[in-house]
Amino acid sequence: MTSKETFLAAFADLDRRGLAGPAWLRERRGEAIARFAEIGLPTPRDEDWKYTPLAPITATTFDVALDASDGREPSEDEIAPFCVGPASWSRLVFVNGRFSAKLSALRPLPGGVRVGSLGEALITDADVVRAHLTAGEPLDAFTALNEAFWQDGAFVDVPDGVTVEEPIHLLFVASTPGRARVDHPRNLVVLGRESRATVVESYVALAGDIYLTNAVTEVVIGPSGRLDHQEIVLESGRAFHIGRTRVSQARDSGFASCAVTLGGRLVRNEVHTILGAEGADCRLSGLYVVGGQQHVDTHTVIDHVSPRATSRQLYKGILDGRSRGVFSGRIVVRPGADGTDAHQANKNLLLSDEVEVDSKPQLEIFAADVKCGHGAADGQLPAEAIFYMKSRGLDDAAARALLTYGFAHEVLERIGVAPVRAWLDGLLTARLAGGRVTEELT
Amino acid sequence: MLLEIRNLHAAVEGKEILRGIDLAVDAGEVHAVMGPNGSGKSTLAQVIAGHPGYTVTAGEVLYEGRNLLEMPPEVRAREGLFVAFQYPVGLPGVANAQFLKAAVNEIRAHRGLEELDAMEFLEMLKEKMALVEMDPSFISRPVNEGFSGGEKKRNEILQMALLEPKLAVLDETDSGLDIDALRIVAGGINRLRRPDNAIVLVTHYQRILGYVAPDRVHVLAGGRIVKSGDRALALELEAKGYDWIQEEAEALSR
Repeated sequence: MTSKETFLAAFADLDRRGLAGPAWLRERRGEAIARFAEIGLPTPRDEDWKYTPLAPITATTFDVALDASDGREPSEDEIAPFCVGPASWSRLVFVNGRFSAKLSALRPLPGGVRVGSLGEALITDADVVRAHLTAGEPLDAFTALNEAFWQDGAFVDVPDGVTVEEPIHLLFVASTPGRARVDHPRNLVVLGRESRATVVESYVALAGDIYLTNAVTEVVIGPSGRLDHQEIVLESGRAFHIGRTRVSQARDSGFASCAVTLGGRLVRNEVHTILGAEGADCRLSGLYVVGGQQHVDTHTVIDHVSPRATSRQLYKGILDGRSRGVFSGRIVVRPGADGTDAHQANKNLLLSDEVEVDSKPQLEIFAADVKCGHGAADGQLPAEAIFYMKSRGLDDAAARALLTYGFAHEVLERIGVAPVRAWLDGLLTARLAGGRVTEELT
Repeated sequence: MLLEIRNLHAAVEGKEILRGIDLAVDAGEVHAVMGPNGSGKSTLAQVIAGHPGYTVTAGEVLYEGRNLLEMPPEVRAREGLFVAFQYPVGLPGVANAQFLKAAVNEIRAHRGLEELDAMEFLEMLKEKMALVEMDPSFISRPVNEGFSGGEKKRNEILQMALLEPKLAVLDETDSGLDIDALRIVAGGINRLRRPDNAIVLVTHYQRILGYVAPDRVHVLAGGRIVKSGDRALALELEAKGYDWIQEEAEALSR
């Protein structure tokens, strides 16, 4: 069993032995755990967690101590299947939440660009980290836990006017045989004025272990800056993943993010974007393809604080077996955010009678001259299309596989990074072979 | 005999549409099945294709001497049957090339031929697309999505050209086409005419028969073939309409 007390005890133990980081961070850790003590783990009574019961997590006995991994670092061959992209990409590899210099590969980057471990950046780039590592207020339970416990993660800092052409890949590898670990990776991506970068963030497992990843990624984009972000959740079929991407956008900045979830027993993907200045543009998309007992929850909050900002969301799910899909999309248009243009859509393809989908749009509009739309649709594969394909020689499974792939294609084609798109395309095609979504991958 | 239909009765949603069709088509022949709206033309095409919404209540259909009705639709296709539909279905997100390659390779596998790889297939596709004057952009566009009526019909003929059927049933492939599109579609059909295959043109108008000369013309009314003849019958229908046929048929059944 794992409860609020499990984490509080672990923190007390950590505190006795000395918390990691500079004084300001240790203070923040103390505040975060106090906040967590006050609110505890979410329950179905919390509106934001109504459709995602945490029972599978609380029923598991986790090893919450933060001692470094068991010493066995994976080999390059073991992580090779997950190293999407050519050798020219910089790649930061984290094993059980800790930076691995051995497995990482840093390529030459434009002047002033910083890419590395956030743990190290606390020393080398203390001012930037302190200025931008905010987590937002008030903290929710999992962000509070991350704040209290995080040890490492990725740090990307692109100065004003610099474009990083090659994508930067952040690869988080879980390798925890025999130990139900909890890891709290923390990433910080800072883009200056008119700077551009592409970040690929993937969470993968080497084996079918039980563990919990509680990740927080913070993104700060300066005026007219632009970040292309790709997230891939390919956790073990017995693992839990709670991930939050928190984005703060300045004037005329752009943020495009696509999250593809294929692996994990229970996955919660949160994106919280603050369109803090005029002309900011945010494009979110996502695809979850699940079967068996998998549960995927996508939770977005788009905060239109300033006028004339644009947001677009398209989330699609393919569900088979007894899986569950939850989508909750909240769009807030604050007073004064006139001329907001926001749209959101969630579409689910149900491949079995036993799947369950809950889709909940929430529009809160307090401004004038606002264009705000949402749509949700759940359906099955159209019988007429299947017959048409059969009449051309395809059998039932081949027809279903192709149509299901076609459903996903609308999201896949939005992935701007060609090697990532091709890689996911291959994974997806393999997973849909036979026209069904099989049990978890690993 | 390539296709032999004997006393075929078929119903959709419990309503009998076909009431005893007899039709024999041999290799090397082109037959036209004409008839007014509601006479059962499309039902005949759908039953031949194996659409699950249509129930055969009596009669038999033999394809190369074997019971066609026992074959699932995909087996019919692999055995060389092709039905061009009046209203081809859109396949969102599925690129034309992706779908057609899957179809071509299923049928090749069935015929004991090696699978085509992506490059070989693309070459073949481009060649056949030129035949029906389709723009190369249709290679990557999703199947029948956002296609105009004429583009959908051309896409059906493209599929037929790729799959090289022994028996092609074209359900109103000519309807809704302007004169240029009709010429292109008819040209595509003519180029696929061979001594070892057969084509059944299901149509309301004799217009296409000016381009694709039929060996036999049959008139369908009230779910039965009420009259058969040669090309001259089609011209007579064009001149006199369908009413006299229906009157004749009613007189006969009285």
